[in-house]
Amino acid sequence: MKTVGLLIAFAIAASAAANDTFLIRNVDVYPVTGAEMKGVSVLVQDGKIVDIGAKITPPKGMKVVEGKGLRVYPGMIDSGTELGLSEVSAERVTVDTGELGEFMPQLRALVAVNPESEHFPVVRANGITSVMTYPASGGRGGRGGGGGQIIAGQAALIHMAGWTWEDMEINRSAAVQINFPAIAGRGGRGGNADFPDELVALFGGGPATYTEAKRQYDAQVAKLNEFFDAARQYQKERTANAPGFRRDLKMEAMMPVLEGKVPAAVSASRERSIHDAIQFAEKQHIKIVILQPREIGKAGAELKAKNIPVILGRTEALPENEDAPYDEAFTIPAEAYKAGVKFAFGTFSNEFVRNLPYNAARAVAFGLPYDEALKAVTINAAQIWGAGDKMGSIEKGKWADLMVTTGDPLEIPTQIKYLYIKGKEVDITNKQTRLYEKYLNRP
Amino acid sequence: MIKTFVAALVMLAPLGAEVTVIKNATIMTESSKGTIKGSILVRDGKIAEVGESVMVPQGATVIDASGQYVIPGIIDCHSHIAVDGGVNEGSVSVSSMANIKDVINPDDIGIYRALAGGVTTANILHGSANSIGGQTIVLKMRWGKDAQGMIFEGAMPGIKFALGENPKRAGNPTPARGAAPNTQIARYPATRMGVEDTIREAFNEAKAYKASWDDYQAKVAKGEHLIPPRKDLKLEALKEVLEGKRFVHAHCYRSDEILMLIRVADDYGFKIKTFQHVLEGYKVAKEIAAHGAGGSTFSDWWAYKAEAYDAIPYNAAIMAKKGVVVSLNSDDAELMRRLNTEAAKAMKYGGISETEALAMVTLNPAKQLAIDNRVGSIEAGKDADLVIYDKNPLSNFAKVQKVMIDGQKYFDRDNEVSGRPAKQLEKQRLIDKEKQDQQRQTDAQKKAGQGARRPQ
Repeated sequence: MKTVGLLIAFAIAASAAANDTFLIRNVDVYPVTGAEMKGVSVLVQDGKIVDIGAKITPPKGMKVVEGKGLRVYPGMIDSGTELGLSEVSAERVTVDTGELGEFMPQLRALVAVNPESEHFPVVRANGITSVMTYPASGGRGGRGGGGGQIIAGQAALIHMAGWTWEDMEINRSAAVQINFPAIAGRGGRGGNADFPDELVALFGGGPATYTEAKRQYDAQVAKLNEFFDAARQYQKERTANAPGFRRDLKMEAMMPVLEGKVPAAVSASRERSIHDAIQFAEKQHIKIVILQPREIGKAGAELKAKNIPVILGRTEALPENEDAPYDEAFTIPAEAYKAGVKFAFGTFSNEFVRNLPYNAARAVAFGLPYDEALKAVTINAAQIWGAGDKMGSIEKGKWADLMVTTGDPLEIPTQIKYLYIKGKEVDITNKQTRLYEKYLNRP
Repeated sequence: MIKTFVAALVMLAPLGAEVTVIKNATIMTESSKGTIKGSILVRDGKIAEVGESVMVPQGATVIDASGQYVIPGIIDCHSHIAVDGGVNEGSVSVSSMANIKDVINPDDIGIYRALAGGVTTANILHGSANSIGGQTIVLKMRWGKDAQGMIFEGAMPGIKFALGENPKRAGNPTPARGAAPNTQIARYPATRMGVEDTIREAFNEAKAYKASWDDYQAKVAKGEHLIPPRKDLKLEALKEVLEGKRFVHAHCYRSDEILMLIRVADDYGFKIKTFQHVLEGYKVAKEIAAHGAGGSTFSDWWAYKAEAYDAIPYNAAIMAKKGVVVSLNSDDAELMRRLNTEAAKAMKYGGISETEALAMVTLNPAKQLAIDNRVGSIEAGKDADLVIYDKNPLSNFAKVQKVMIDGQKYFDRDNEVSGRPAKQLEKQRLIDKEKQDQQRQTDAQKKAGQGARRPQ
């Protein structure tokens, strides 16, 4: 009897003081999807935003956070990382991106996410609450065993806190990652780009001649198409439960892509690669998202017409060619915006994820409207990865993934005061702040 | 004849006396004047006057910088741009005979890009493959000048040292996948112990070398006739270090190796001018300050290698608070273009003031390179190395509008942007011409090949 009484008392107390229920008051709210509201309150219950307004009286016993002089924004989203899969990038034993094998759609980044990675708290401290984490190295091909990957596996959309990767999961298969083939090591995987395409076409670059490079490229694209054709054949046999049908894990992983439930995230950097990737998507009737284009150009109109979103890489990057304008990487977002392309930002790194908002800000200096930069690190990312109804803005019914700041999050000196993921306050101290305190106080 | 020459000089003099006034600007002087609203008078490549208002001499070029910001030219204490070919002479552990001065490439586009990011001066270093690397040189980003014209006149040359993982690497060669083991020969050292020994051995030799020269010179001074000691180019650079005629810029990461080098330097009686990267400098800031060395670090790079795992973005702030002269460097042609916002990171991480933060990419690196009598702040008498931004340069929303070195305009965003269509046309013309030439060649070959095909 006594125990039951205690339990009831505990349950009431827990509800009133639940750690995902609270009110922030007197705060300036920047919802991203609407106009800012100054000096209002945000009510969070059971991890969700339930109300935003001037006059909200908190229920008795509810935790109240004073927001005077502070701002609240939705937590930011980096659409290109290898967080959780890579700890010290130069040390292969600490890196789990870049598996062997050309066609590996069955690989899942999520299961290799180390929740205790020191990168999570470091990145969180700058207001980032969720990221896309990819199976290929550097979010592309490159280092490790996976240099030759064409289909690298499934990228996961994760929250930046949790006891296990299951806790962190938002979508374990937010995209299947494809490194679209490139001519002469250009395009999809970057590569040496000292010469314009026209000259490479004349003199050759990479493989002995342009003709040879083109032949290799065509062979790779053909291989990719063959793999998709095989997957479609498998799909038919699977649906018909044809005699002798055998479950194949690679092919199973392709089904959601063929059904249009999961997009393919396709790396393609040059105008022509983007065009080819779009042609490929049309031919295979699949949904795609373009990763890390390094030029937009004529592809802009095509991307807009086909409604294909783009994940822009770091603006903090050098121009592709020696004779390209010095500000090429700074102006790509404005160019994508003017073309009407929907885009979000990705840092395609681990070490630089915390600088996500600064990459967006640099695009503003070079012509991107401010509001678009903010959207590209919040709501656009959520929408592109199929979580637009749950996160990416401050709206009723959405998760309380929030950052409370001292100012504009796109400006470097701004501090993050509090961070919430699904309404739970997340620690913004980390290895680095601890070392700071320790050595600042060294006698 | 001489008269004519003098007359010519007199005629030319007024033409050479170029005068520019930048007015109505917010000037972040990085001097005792602080940040002021006012004007800068530039004459003959030097800053002649800075103040709320200056007299505009007749014939002066006037730049109206209303709403804009002027800062001293940015100085990068660690860069590898403008180097022709590789930056590492990795075949030996001590490569002090190699000199960056011999391989300056004034056509490197990195120079122009750095300029477009507000950099006017950079310390160009050898790579970090050797415990003792090559000789370094300070350059001004005078895009368009030849190699000689790039050199910062009178700046003390330096030498690169490197500790930790990079100089160890050649001692631990990794065979390529599938290659037979031990096909690559290991180069000493392979450990941090070996790095210390390599440096000690080199200075042991250098000390003896210096002694033989000192002895020789002393005797010659007394009138003795002697055969001089044999010149050794490797030890010559280290002798200069011992004599305080060449600065040591030491690449390092971990606190143990930083302390090690300080003690080695103490033992051999030389000074470390700057610790470069120095990512764990915050752990031994007291010792670095006591030695009198500067710290030239990254703002927030970490975890890209094992020795960068304890790197913290508060490094600059802690070192500064403990009395070290701190600069923020790039080591990278891309990062080099935005050192102004790297400075803002010192404000974010550790609460450094705006003025102090900006000093980390202007006055402080000037001090570290001992060129602060010439550059690093906006003061009368200093070189007119100036950058004009459209907004506060510590903001991500700011961009460089104009860059001046020695009073000459080397970058102008308006000209850069308006000049692009013409450049694009020129490029297209060159490509078309190349295509035509190729076609002509193919046609000629076809024509010649009609009938009997010549054996190849």
